[in-house]
Amino acid sequence: MTIPIDSILSTPPLSSPGDTFQKFIKAGEFRLQFCNTCRKPFFYPRTLCPQCGGGDLEWCRVSGEGTVYSTTTVRQKPERGGDYNVSIIELAEGPRMMSAVRSVAPDQVAIGLQVTAMLIEEEGVHKVYFRPSGAIAGAAT
Amino acid sequence: MIGVGLGGLGNAPGYSHLDLLGLAVQAALGDAGISLKEVDGLFTANMSNILPTLAVGEYLGLQPKVAVGTNTGGNSFVDHLLWAALALQAGQCEVALICYGSNQRSGKTPPPDAPAYEALYRPREPISSYALAAARHMHQYGTTREQLASVAVAARAWAQLNPRAFARDPLSIADVLASRMICDPLSLLDCCLVTDGAGAVILTRADRARHGKQPPVFLLGCASAQTHRQISQMPDLTVTAAAQSGPRALAMAGVAAHEIDVLQLYDAFTINVILFLEDLGFCEKGEGGSLAASGALAPGGALPTNTNGGGLSCVHPGMYGIFLLIEAVEQLRGAAGPRQVPGAEIALAHGNGGLLSAQSTAIFGTAAAI
Repeated sequence: MTIPIDSILSTPPLSSPGDTFQKFIKAGEFRLQFCNTCRKPFFYPRTLCPQCGGGDLEWCRVSGEGTVYSTTTVRQKPERGGDYNVSIIELAEGPRMMSAVRSVAPDQVAIGLQVTAMLIEEEGVHKVYFRPSGAIAGAAT
Repeated sequence: MIGVGLGGLGNAPGYSHLDLLGLAVQAALGDAGISLKEVDGLFTANMSNILPTLAVGEYLGLQPKVAVGTNTGGNSFVDHLLWAALALQAGQCEVALICYGSNQRSGKTPPPDAPAYEALYRPREPISSYALAAARHMHQYGTTREQLASVAVAARAWAQLNPRAFARDPLSIADVLASRMICDPLSLLDCCLVTDGAGAVILTRADRARHGKQPPVFLLGCASAQTHRQISQMPDLTVTAAAQSGPRALAMAGVAAHEIDVLQLYDAFTINVILFLEDLGFCEKGEGGSLAASGALAPGGALPTNTNGGGLSCVHPGMYGIFLLIEAVEQLRGAAGPRQVPGAEIALAHGNGGLLSAQSTAIFGTAAAI
């Protein structure tokens, strides 16, 4: 991905890791960088593989499937929006990410729950949320 | 110096300062012909991160043994050379990386140190991260809210012996469980105080210390380790880097865990003490809740912990670490009055930073202990 101009200067591709991730989400694709050297994906997007330091990276689609690794309910007064879920999701491909499980009450989210990604735009930002894998996409939060 | 690298010179729109730093580091590793995994000393500073060595360490996938983030402005990296050289010379690390990145020209300015991929989901930090760790520990090991609460109850018992402590009213398990839930499973009384406070410690070499005004307390060992910046990047939510810093500090001191007479464990939240008891080797992984609930940590117990009342009941002005050191010194001087652990000769002080991100362990001893 990087094309060295000289031996000590790294020249980046035109689109940054963060921008590229967003562009894919906006297009409805959940993609992560896979490192071709250590053959593993990682999250969050970076300019080098945090597992081996390699720069030979490729954006590949992931399944969107994952498991709730941990979860908490952030308590908030009803007039400020009420309680909401924050979770760490372990993707089927390995990496973990923070997200929130929607389509179910916060206190119904348990460690071990199988979840599926939903790509949603909120306030101009494209985000990855999750729903219980059995739930119907688009059900009320 | 065996390798140098540059990245993102000029205009690099869309790239974060860490993205650019990553490019430069990659180029330097290539120039040196070494692998990222060999880097065990990290020296960095920037104007974007409050905890620069954690943000940079996480981005690069490093868990350095030595990390220095002194920021005195643009000269910092020249200054870092001295600490890198001293660390290398003392054998504290083998390969030191000094690095920097900035997107000052093209970049928008995010809030300082906001983990970009987590803020989207509005965690209430720091408590959300500790709550996630507590929830995972409860799931994997059956740790209960009552066991977490027993940590707070023990700290309060010590605070009641300390006229300097902020919170000294009687506290029961039931009181903790009944307090307002903030981020499940942590309630208000699972959390440290919010107070003002300041601390200072002065050191000299041992030969001068022996002739000082106070009985000297000797530093026998010290080590640090870090694993992440953001909680979602923590390799295992139930194991902290204390599992690395503790054994290294004890080995440097030539002391075993069972020889420690008094413990100061940074108790920003009740779950912290449980994790550190396990990771430092005072009990098996998963048994920290039982150990806390046994009464061992409280006055009269076999493992006196946070004898000033800790962050939970004595003082907590945002960064508690210096108070660990001061309490350890007072205990080993025999100057702790009603809260004195009789015959204390060896103390362990363990500090936690960030979101269970960075761990530092120190071992102290009296003259008799050396």
